[in-house]
Amino acid sequence: MRFDLPDAPPRAEDLRRELRAFLAEAGRDWTPEIRARSWMGFDRDFSRAVGARGWIGMTWPTIYGGSESSGLERIVVLEEMLAAGAPVGAHWIGDRQSGPLILRLGTEEQRTRILPGIAHGELAFCIGLSEPDAGSDLANLRTKCERVPNGWKLNGRKIWTTFAHKSDYMIALVRTSPAPEGGSRHAGLSQFLVDLRLSGISIRPIRDLAGEDSFNEVTFDDVLLREDDLLGTEGAGWAQATSELAFERSGPDRYLSSYPALASGIDALNAMPAPGAEVTIGRMVARLNTLRGMSLSVGGMLERGESPAVEAALVKDAGNVFEQALPEHIRNLIDPADSPEELRRMLAGLAQLAPTFSLRGGTREILRGIIARDLGLR
Amino acid sequence: MSELRGILVEQVDRLIGDGGGVALLRTVEVGSWPATLWAGLEQQGLNLALVPEKAGGVGLSWGDAAALWQVLGRHGAPAPIAETMLAAALLSAAGIEVPGGPLGLGRDDVPFGRHAAHLVILHGAQVALHAPGEAAPHINIGREPRDALTPGAHIAAGMLPNSFGPRAALLGFALIRAALIAGALEHVLALAVDWANTRKQFGRTIGKFQAIQQQLAAMAGEVAAVSVAVSQAARAVDAHGLAGAAFEIGCAKIVAGEAATLGAATAHQVFAAIGITEDHELHHFTRRLWAWREEGGTERAWAAEIGRAALARGGANLWPDLTARDVQGAD
Repeated sequence: MRFDLPDAPPRAEDLRRELRAFLAEAGRDWTPEIRARSWMGFDRDFSRAVGARGWIGMTWPTIYGGSESSGLERIVVLEEMLAAGAPVGAHWIGDRQSGPLILRLGTEEQRTRILPGIAHGELAFCIGLSEPDAGSDLANLRTKCERVPNGWKLNGRKIWTTFAHKSDYMIALVRTSPAPEGGSRHAGLSQFLVDLRLSGISIRPIRDLAGEDSFNEVTFDDVLLREDDLLGTEGAGWAQATSELAFERSGPDRYLSSYPALASGIDALNAMPAPGAEVTIGRMVARLNTLRGMSLSVGGMLERGESPAVEAALVKDAGNVFEQALPEHIRNLIDPADSPEELRRMLAGLAQLAPTFSLRGGTREILRGIIARDLGLR
Repeated sequence: MSELRGILVEQVDRLIGDGGGVALLRTVEVGSWPATLWAGLEQQGLNLALVPEKAGGVGLSWGDAAALWQVLGRHGAPAPIAETMLAAALLSAAGIEVPGGPLGLGRDDVPFGRHAAHLVILHGAQVALHAPGEAAPHINIGREPRDALTPGAHIAAGMLPNSFGPRAALLGFALIRAALIAGALEHVLALAVDWANTRKQFGRTIGKFQAIQQQLAAMAGEVAAVSVAVSQAARAVDAHGLAGAAFEIGCAKIVAGEAATLGAATAHQVFAAIGITEDHELHHFTRRLWAWREEGGTERAWAAEIGRAALARGGANLWPDLTARDVQGAD
């Protein structure tokens, strides 16, 4: 395992200034609940405004709506959005993984059809991975796509699909041929670009513990896909879906989900001092700074074309521990009964959301299994 | 890691590794001076590693030095080479010619102070070089010499440049201890993984149990975190000087102290009874981890400083203050 700290990109400070001015204006009416939801907040108007500033898909070629910025400049944008508690959910998945996947593996038709829409904040994506019997054991998935004349026929069911009910497309991992007898279950899987308006698709929101419709069950009943809805290579779906994991797992969204509560907590503590608060705050700030260094290191390695998959798993695991502990630390410093209304509501929101931090994008147990394998234990 | 740094790290790793391993730590713990190892280190010019080339030194960066200290920590730091490098850097920065031999820095709890050839005393930015005087021997729980020294004859004096600030010795010590902890934890993790892959219970090696895998994976996360925090701190010293890197050094010492606590506990849990025996290698490292987290400022002390500053600056400034410390690349 290796972490090399990158230099900050040359125009980072200017970019941060622009972002902070934009977010101060855009965020005037964000409630504590919205800030607590962070990248689980879905706001198409906001995403369109972000797209109009050129801050989605910014590493992509200009012909696809990007500005060919560096990956580290993109991270500057992500960091500022998350630190402000911006509701970035409508473009987050498209910018983070669906878009890059289409750019790398898609046909020219797919790229020109989809990427500018993501970059403009118009197209929202969801990720079709988990199924009722395939969670951490993803290769056990059953949804299948069969060849039919001029295309494919899709049948099966995806579940826990975040924002499927609000999204335009899903990139689904499905089985296109049976796993070879005694061979790897990773063989025979393929990825498809599924337009969620197609007939035969029913999307049932699943109410979460906070009373929100954030994730869904998506059923495919003889859904007819076109030949060119296949993404990448038939049968290479597993490698394709896992190749982006280092991007998915190492970003600032893996340690900043509850950051707004730290900033608000500091202000509340200034109004209502608590004994020993400085030590707890200092420990959190030290962790925050270190996690940021780790995340940026992986970002720098990705920018150089390396594949730091284990390092990314480690950043996500350590980051999740931090972002789950943060609201609890604040809560232990200020009794919720004495807490300012704004902070109390933010902490209440985070308490209900925090369990997902170490579930989404790979559970803590799966990540630690990856690290253990790298240590030579498996 | 740059090519030069990689070569240096390898050389020093071999030099200290050949010095006797855990047997050397045992002799150091009963009061012996590692004369052969020291001669080898000095022969490589490592005592002058942080002294600029124009002053007759090697002119390494703090980033290079921290990488070497990490290697030193992997071997349990059997000689005061890190402290001597720091003291030499301070002498040289104050315009004082650096003498050979191990250097003691400060008066209290001086690492291997009884063996110091010279003593360096700081009062704020004032640096004084003294002959060694009386040494009252003490040890920490790593059984490393940590002596109280009464300075001998005054030899030379000078002033540190502003970039070193009024507490250069503390900052340097804190960075050294964080780097040593990073290295020692790497070694302890390697020992624990090796044991987990060797020891069999219930018909299989204990490393095959998920309970063990999950604990060691969590420890690996902490080991990586310390290493990154130390790199951030050393890089900040190179960019902003010791005084300007107080925040990053404090962060590194906090994360190192927390990781030392978790890492030592995890390793002992994996090793079980064999790990707490006198004959085993593990305790020479875990006792040092527990000692080093106390030296150069505890987690609590650094966290109080950083937390007070964060509270004084207010919530709205926290994030901008963090990003403003980024080291900028060339355009």
